[in-house]
Amino acid sequence: MSRHSWGALALILAGLALSFAIPAYGWLNKYQQMILMYVGINVILAVSLNLVNGYMGEFSLGSAGFMAVGAYTASFATVRLLPAAFGALGLPPETALAWGFPLAVLAGGLMAALFGLLVAFPSFKTRGDYLALVTLAFLMIVKSAIENLDVIGGPRGFLGMKRLTTLPWVFAWTALTVLVIRNFVYSRFGRGVLAVREDEIAAELTGVDTRRAKFLAFTLSAFFSGVAGGLFAHLLQFISPRVFDIIKSTDVLIMVYLGGIASIGGSVLGATIYTVLLEALRPSAVGWAFGWLPPALFEPLNTHVIAHLNVWRMVVMPLLLVLVMLYRPRGIMGLRELRWLVPRRDREALGKGCPRPAPSPQGRGGT
Amino acid sequence: MTTPLLEIRGLSHYFGGLCAVNEVSLDIAPGELVGLIGPNGAGKTTVFNLITGVYRATAGSIRFGGEELVGRAPHDIARLGIARTFQNIRLFRDLPVLDNVRTALDGHTRYGAAEALFRFGRFGREERRVIAEARELLALLKLDHLAGESACNLPYGLQRRLEIARALALRPKLLLLDEPAAGMNPNEIGQLMEFIAWVRDRFKLTILLIEHQMRLVMGICERLAVLDFGATIAAGTPAEVRADPKVLEAYLGVEDPAAGTGDTGP
Repeated sequence: MSRHSWGALALILAGLALSFAIPAYGWLNKYQQMILMYVGINVILAVSLNLVNGYMGEFSLGSAGFMAVGAYTASFATVRLLPAAFGALGLPPETALAWGFPLAVLAGGLMAALFGLLVAFPSFKTRGDYLALVTLAFLMIVKSAIENLDVIGGPRGFLGMKRLTTLPWVFAWTALTVLVIRNFVYSRFGRGVLAVREDEIAAELTGVDTRRAKFLAFTLSAFFSGVAGGLFAHLLQFISPRVFDIIKSTDVLIMVYLGGIASIGGSVLGATIYTVLLEALRPSAVGWAFGWLPPALFEPLNTHVIAHLNVWRMVVMPLLLVLVMLYRPRGIMGLRELRWLVPRRDREALGKGCPRPAPSPQGRGGT
Repeated sequence: MTTPLLEIRGLSHYFGGLCAVNEVSLDIAPGELVGLIGPNGAGKTTVFNLITGVYRATAGSIRFGGEELVGRAPHDIARLGIARTFQNIRLFRDLPVLDNVRTALDGHTRYGAAEALFRFGRFGREERRVIAEARELLALLKLDHLAGESACNLPYGLQRRLEIARALALRPKLLLLDEPAAGMNPNEIGQLMEFIAWVRDRFKLTILLIEHQMRLVMGICERLAVLDFGATIAAGTPAEVRADPKVLEAYLGVEDPAAGTGDTGP
């Protein structure tokens, strides 16, 4: 292992230790810990969506669909399958769930990856807007399939999950996602995916197996979205088809485009800003933040502004996105990467992209 | 004659009812530099697209070093040793110069997805090799100082050169150049001619090129094939082709004021 890898390992271990320490010593209250876990889950979602939307240049709306598949699979595993399986082995149910949880999340990821594969096939034939519609259709199919499956609760939703998602688990899965997708991006497979975005025909004629590139990008992205779904389900402890609608996909899209396309650091940033800011704009949070004001000032502020924030905070985020798109069309860190996320040998050739997004080439060139 | 490297037999391609390429046959021996010329819309680039697998031929066969190319995937054909450049430059614009070349070298890289995702096995060694080879190639083409620059930021002439570098990174046996002199002034065309001759010697290549600049075509090609309305109307040395009345007719039209005119005549 190089010095670089040791540094990364140390950083991950330190983060893991911190994720154990925070709940153990009560450094943050329960609410803050929950927000931190949502940040992690959203980072997983954003980084994995960025692989398809940012690095590969497609426009997938399917995040919530893959998330739903992962959430339902993992939940079904911990509620129905695991207690039965481990019970047969004579293990107490508590231990069974503690040990089985990562397996359940993994199963959720794998099932989502299987669905990702299904979406990869249409992507061989169609691109851009049309593929976006295919992913939208996928999302709707998943949603109505769940609504019609009585075994997982249908439209009423599914519950009975224990709160198995803890800060250390969220941190571990987030670190794994960032590491694996970063490793993918800085490899020949990642360069293939980038080449597909830049010019699919030229990529093929440069020896890139574009089908394999798409296949890998879709499955890997879906896998981690599914993992995020599994973690999400065991944090919320209740899932229903309505949780995984188009709005959920749009949330992830906002995080990706806010943070910046084709940038893992950007997605981490985008997901963090989005999650934290949405929470910080809640009336209770803002009221607490301005509590030091003298009552003469605070009272009118509270009744006229803060009380309405529950409505307005949903306006602030899209507005923020519009502003970012106007002034930085590729997001805060679009096409740029945090230096320490880039493998050393790739650092000397870090392109910054073109000043303006290039129009996508349509023709096949020439007569 | 030695066995041809590229053997095209009765190649035809239809876009719906429109015949773009009609029964074209062409042999290219190893080491040759052949020009494919003809008026605009004659089907030259379509022939390139058929060879490289972008289109699947309606009829006919293309054999390369004995292997049939028709029906193969384009990336497969590229890895077999056919590289090309494009009439309108098609670089990976947002990617650095180094990665444009690395992407082409990756076709010959041996490590699996698991090795890449978890960084073990052959991954490190292969990546180091690819970077070293990419740098070597860029140095050879005097592009090494631009390795970290995004391709779109290069001036036009260097973009053309980078496209050739990317093609060479595939370690091709056959290089297809689609109008390499497009948009160049006479001085640059002179340099390009020397460059093509040098590339061919240095990399021991066989070259097939499409070009409208007759100075370049007549100056460096050993043999020419002339296409008009998708069919070969003449073939031979530049001198023979220049004297062929059918070629003059295709480019300049017959003595009929109603007939259309070609573009840059010979």
